[in-house]
Amino acid sequence: MSDQLPAQRLDVLIVDDEEGMREGAARSLEGFSVPLPDFGETVAFSVRSAATGGEALEQLGAKTPDIVLLDYKLPDMTGIDVLTSAPAAGDFLTIMITAFASLEVAVNATKRGAFDFLAKPFTPEELRATISKAARSIYLHRKARRLEEEKRQVRFEFISVLAHELKSPLAAVEGYMHLMKERMKGPELEAYDSMIERSVVRIGGMRKLVLDLLDLTRLESGKKKRLLEPVDLVKAAGLAIEAVTPLAEAKKVTLELKAPPGLLITADPGEMDMILSNLLTNAVKYNKEGGRAVLELAAGAGGGVSITCSDTGIGMTETELAKLFGEFVRMKNEHTRNIDGSGLGLSILKKVVKLYGGEVRVKSQYGEGSSFELTLKDASVPASGAEPALKA
Amino acid sequence: MTDKNKIKILVVEDDPDMMEQMKIYLESEGYEVVSASTQKQAEPLIKPGAFSAAVLDLMMENPDSGFVLSHKIKKMDKKIPVIIVTSVTKETGFYFDKAHDPKAWIKADAIIHKELRFEQLKAELKRLMGAEEGHE
Repeated sequence: MSDQLPAQRLDVLIVDDEEGMREGAARSLEGFSVPLPDFGETVAFSVRSAATGGEALEQLGAKTPDIVLLDYKLPDMTGIDVLTSAPAAGDFLTIMITAFASLEVAVNATKRGAFDFLAKPFTPEELRATISKAARSIYLHRKARRLEEEKRQVRFEFISVLAHELKSPLAAVEGYMHLMKERMKGPELEAYDSMIERSVVRIGGMRKLVLDLLDLTRLESGKKKRLLEPVDLVKAAGLAIEAVTPLAEAKKVTLELKAPPGLLITADPGEMDMILSNLLTNAVKYNKEGGRAVLELAAGAGGGVSITCSDTGIGMTETELAKLFGEFVRMKNEHTRNIDGSGLGLSILKKVVKLYGGEVRVKSQYGEGSSFELTLKDASVPASGAEPALKA
Repeated sequence: MTDKNKIKILVVEDDPDMMEQMKIYLESEGYEVVSASTQKQAEPLIKPGAFSAAVLDLMMENPDSGFVLSHKIKKMDKKIPVIIVTSVTKETGFYFDKAHDPKAWIKADAIIHKELRFEQLKAELKRLMGAEEGHE
């Protein structure tokens, strides 16, 4: 399998004043390759060489190699001197070759970024082993850098959108305040009732966003205190339905629960409520007037439980479905413009469900309704009750 | 501010509250507001004679809805003043109004940043309408 991995070449520069050494090392690496199945690649090596410190610096200046095999004792300077004056030092990985390995040399070289040492004389196998280690290290570093970059990008986007989501309600409320200040609707207070009402609604939405954001942050940091105990989902569903009833009545949406008399799961009650409330609120908010929302609870096939929440709502197109679980994604179309929400609900839902080894499946028909189906397993109680200590 | 003969202004904005406020201000200035809350809703409204100026939110159902609408309006009649309202610059660090006369490709006459001051909108409209009609 690893034979078929695509090959990449790492550029190796050998710096040694002994010709036999340079040729021997080049021969050892000829046709040698390191499979890196974790990265889906095989690494081979192309070799350049330099006989003096001056030549080495010239080569380093022309093109930065990936790995430098560097003899300590060169005719015109030491290997350390090469490292000190090398352009782009730190961008390549250095393996020092020393005949008289002394601690002082080792410390000095390590300070200047040497990755490893090879004591002369060494066998081709020793060289290959050291080079393999270096190649692996290079790949790990590259991967780490790539991940770091992606993380930075995601964070940047998250914060930009967050700022936008927080500024919109602020701008709306501020605008109403200006209108009131300028008495745009005359001196009577009643004339401003709708502005006050809308301001309260927008501030409420903002508060919800901040609270959801805190939930999400706690879930992501893993710092949320979890209280695991047997939870009766049917009871929890009853409470969640009660909480969403006023909203449902306002929209004339009927709520229905289909469940066995009791259904136990080892879980954090708060997290179960988050899941159920989230599903129900969406089923009501994105419903049509006079619609129906059904919450179904059942024991799962392989242990655990399954929760299905279906509605006769506005549904989603396939394009909308594809974007559904993104943070701050709120479906914007003519049906949804008066529906408020933080856009974080489903991100939270997905993260909580993951804590229970489950997943969320969505089916939807535009104009007909949506159905969210999820499975949860018992949460495992941490072995030694090791709640990570909070840092002061 | 009396006789504007009810000049019609197309306002496209997906935030219902911003729309409401824009309406109150513009109507108090004697304009008549033709409104739409999505790009999709606005597109069929772009017809000759339907309005004499447009105020467009940039990000609606698509991140560039305002640009697309502006382009369509300008294609229909390039004399109609278009103002794009956006907060995009501040939030993302994208600058499109200073660098190299981007108005050429954005095809809007003015770009106003949110938090929009209505006085600023008023002034821009007046300036652009005045330029078009050659009076005031």
